[in-house]
Amino acid sequence: MRVALFLTCVNDTLYPDTGRAVVKLLRRLGVEVDFPAGQTCCGQAHYNTGYRHEAEPLARRYAEVFADYDAIVTPSGSCGAMVRELYPRMGERARAEGRGDTLARTLAPVVPRTYELSEFLVDVLGVSDVGAFYPHTVTYHPTCHGLRALGLGDRPLRLLRAVKGLELVELPGAEECCGFGGTFAVKNADVSTAMGVDKVRNAEATGADALCAADNSCLMHLGGTMSRLKVDMRPVHLAEILASTEEEPLV
Amino acid sequence: MSDRDVILGRVRRALADVTPDGTPYEAALPRDYLREHGERSLARTVELLAENLADYRALVHRCAGVPELSALIAGLLAGRGARSVLVPPGLDGAWLADTGAEVTRVADEAASTAAELDRVDSVVTGCAVAVAETGTLVLDGSPDQGRRRITLIPDHHICVVRVPEQVVGSVPQAVARLDPRRPLTWISGPSATSDIELNRVEGVHGPRTLEVVLLGDA
Amino acid sequence: MSGTSGGTYLGMPAFPEAAHDAVRDTTLRGNLRHATHTIRAKRAHAVAEVSDWAELREAGKRIKDHTLRHLDRYLVQVEETVTAAGGTVHWAADAEEANRIVAGLVRETGESEVVKVKSMATQEIGLNEALEAEGIRAYETDLAELIVQLGKDRPSHILVPAIHRNRGEIREIFAREMSEWGRPAPEGLTDSPAELAEAARLHLREKFLRAKVGISGANFVVAETGTLVVVESEGNGRMCLTLPETLISVVGIEKIVPTWRDLEVFLQTLPRSSTAERMNPYTSMWTGTSDSDRADGPRTFHLVLLDNGRTDTLADEVGRQALRCIRCSACLNVCPVYERAGGHAYGSVYPGPIGAILSPQLRGTGSEIDASLPYASSLCGACYEVCPVAIDIPEVLVHLRERVAQGGTATREGAKVVLRPAKGHAAERAAMRAARWAFGRPGALRAGQRLASRTRRLHPRTLPGPGRAWSESRDLPPVPAEPFRDWWRRTNGGEDGAK
Repeated sequence: MRVALFLTCVNDTLYPDTGRAVVKLLRRLGVEVDFPAGQTCCGQAHYNTGYRHEAEPLARRYAEVFADYDAIVTPSGSCGAMVRELYPRMGERARAEGRGDTLARTLAPVVPRTYELSEFLVDVLGVSDVGAFYPHTVTYHPTCHGLRALGLGDRPLRLLRAVKGLELVELPGAEECCGFGGTFAVKNADVSTAMGVDKVRNAEATGADALCAADNSCLMHLGGTMSRLKVDMRPVHLAEILASTEEEPLV
Repeated sequence: MSDRDVILGRVRRALADVTPDGTPYEAALPRDYLREHGERSLARTVELLAENLADYRALVHRCAGVPELSALIAGLLAGRGARSVLVPPGLDGAWLADTGAEVTRVADEAASTAAELDRVDSVVTGCAVAVAETGTLVLDGSPDQGRRRITLIPDHHICVVRVPEQVVGSVPQAVARLDPRRPLTWISGPSATSDIELNRVEGVHGPRTLEVVLLGDA
Repeated sequence: MSGTSGGTYLGMPAFPEAAHDAVRDTTLRGNLRHATHTIRAKRAHAVAEVSDWAELREAGKRIKDHTLRHLDRYLVQVEETVTAAGGTVHWAADAEEANRIVAGLVRETGESEVVKVKSMATQEIGLNEALEAEGIRAYETDLAELIVQLGKDRPSHILVPAIHRNRGEIREIFAREMSEWGRPAPEGLTDSPAELAEAARLHLREKFLRAKVGISGANFVVAETGTLVVVESEGNGRMCLTLPETLISVVGIEKIVPTWRDLEVFLQTLPRSSTAERMNPYTSMWTGTSDSDRADGPRTFHLVLLDNGRTDTLADEVGRQALRCIRCSACLNVCPVYERAGGHAYGSVYPGPIGAILSPQLRGTGSEIDASLPYASSLCGACYEVCPVAIDIPEVLVHLRERVAQGGTATREGAKVVLRPAKGHAAERAAMRAARWAFGRPGALRAGQRLASRTRRLHPRTLPGPGRAWSESRDLPPVPAEPFRDWWRRTNGGEDGAK
């Protein structure tokens, strides 16, 4: 099986540690993973802000770059949802606009082969205990697109529960949006901030050391809020916890 | 051009992308939902009705036959100190046999004004169908139920349900039994509101006390 | 004393501006949080009680879609069946025409006051204000509408228009205002919900008993029988629908369902979605007027079929699904943005997620508020998840963002128009284009990333200019020493052992 990492533009630029964690984790599980250098961005920000036509070339690039892989793994629920839920819709819209089937046909092959990390681990590799060690109290925020668009269900929680040393505590109001929402975070900064503050306060109330999620864009918003509120808690991506071992712990 | 023509023209233009489809409605619309939620005995259905009525603060009574019912109604009216009771034209006279002459019978008449009805204390009616899963009574204006307003203005409504024959399990079963040409009122508990902080509070404009008598052996 | 509500939607500021104040109003935040969180849990419970919820939802969606796809046929059928049952059908292409029809019908009765059942359609067209201008006073009889009317306020929720008020505020309004409108509030009124409901009962009863004209909307109109359905809780609906001599119902053309049997779906999904009840206390169904010998209810019945932007919405292949809406409010109650911004920020009688897709379609995206509504969402999808007719609200929001940002064709008052991109999006458009250009060239992206990394010690954790919207409340993440792609290249994907 040829497996590619689709890291996403945000992770590539701002969160390379998450990328290294995915690589380390997959290798530990015996998966040879490739990082095609042609990859850039899935186009989600364009699409969701109302620039679907600007997103189309990015989607075509994605389909081209990842054409030869059996599985494309991404540590982002929302970029995964972009490919799986919205690429087919882009194809349909192009068809409705009288532009034929070309876009739909171009994008179709990569759609079912794109997996969010926890899906790939649980569904494709069939593991929930990845041999990780993370001796901290952790609370988990299920990000919206992972939860509702991809239907990740309890996969991330199953993975976390199997981590040695990790104590998982329930986040009150877990399924409520953190308020990031892409350009929403700046277009409606007041409401976005209010949502973020409520989420951080809920996380703080759990007494956990770390707030875990499977999407760094949400964690960027929450981490930025935590640091501004001087909340002593760290935002951490699921991949980094799962990559952490007793020999090589996450610091 | 009339507004009718304007609207119909706009609708037709708006649907220009829709391919006309001659499939008959019921064939075009698969109804995969349940006719009833779960299987239960008739007795259990009546039991469920009683539970759900009570859950929404209706007062539920049971009696096996008419003599018992007559005594029960007399007691309920006396218990409220009712001095007058609205009686639909087709109500079984035996139901009020034990209610004394000190309680004035008020007929359901077209000529009555709303203000007159507002002075009546209670009303006794039958019903068309009762829905167990939702705890709902449906009135259809039959002679034992009268006009809609008589079960609305008095503050105390006693509704008699013949069990098991008037009880259905579910909403789809109730809809199938009802005649849409009749004026229908679906009643689930006494009047209530959720308008203050989205919490349910009983007792607004309709009868604040709803008593339901399940009449029969089931 | 004016009979109109004090607020107005004209000249509403854009959503972010209106929300700016709302998120800082701690009383409002508390009221909304309390109410929406209460109902969320209850709704989930009520829905979980029926094992075939998914099938009911699918059936509701299909019934509505089918109706919309054959709406011309069903409109004509409604006209036939309602007329055959003794009603009179009127058609109104817009709010002005609907108001003119209703005012004329009330004037014909010789009455100068009417009682009203809560109706979104009549709020949408501003009927109360139009009647007031004709010297006709409209009394709202739904408890929450009464609170709004007495408080000279604007509704902020579809189901519970006074959701922004807590019991203490409601007590204040009743004690202060009821005497201006009729029977005063009882002496020593407290803020207990039961006492407040009792005060409304007493205040409104005299109005019900003398009313000669009732005005309502309808939740459903059954095409095959001509039956109208009003779903309610308090009994004020029954009062308005049965006591007056004349009943006028103003109904949006999307409220039609083809068959009687279709009600079995919505009578299960609507109460559970809206008030989280197995069944709402009262539902009235009537078909025209009854025979004179056994007359039950109004002798005269008028149905006003209202377009007012609905056919324009219908013309949009993506946006038309908004017309499936049965006004349950589940999307409002679950929405984290609504919870914090409140209903008034949406500048429309339709607030919340459904309002954010309905208002810009019914009214167009021309005004500042309407152009801002499609962005009033983090696209979290909670609204779609709870919608009992499966309206994919995020899909329509994004579709409308496209219309605002990029312009394109739309239908206004029945005519195709080409919209220009909304003002204020030029910089964003340029940025999106630039980003697309860079993302189309990994080399350019890498160059940018490297520049950011090399200058990372110079980066502030807060930003000037447009970036301030982010950094006023959130720190920026530090820029890493090198982007992932450089590490991958340098270390051969970590195989070379380098860190």
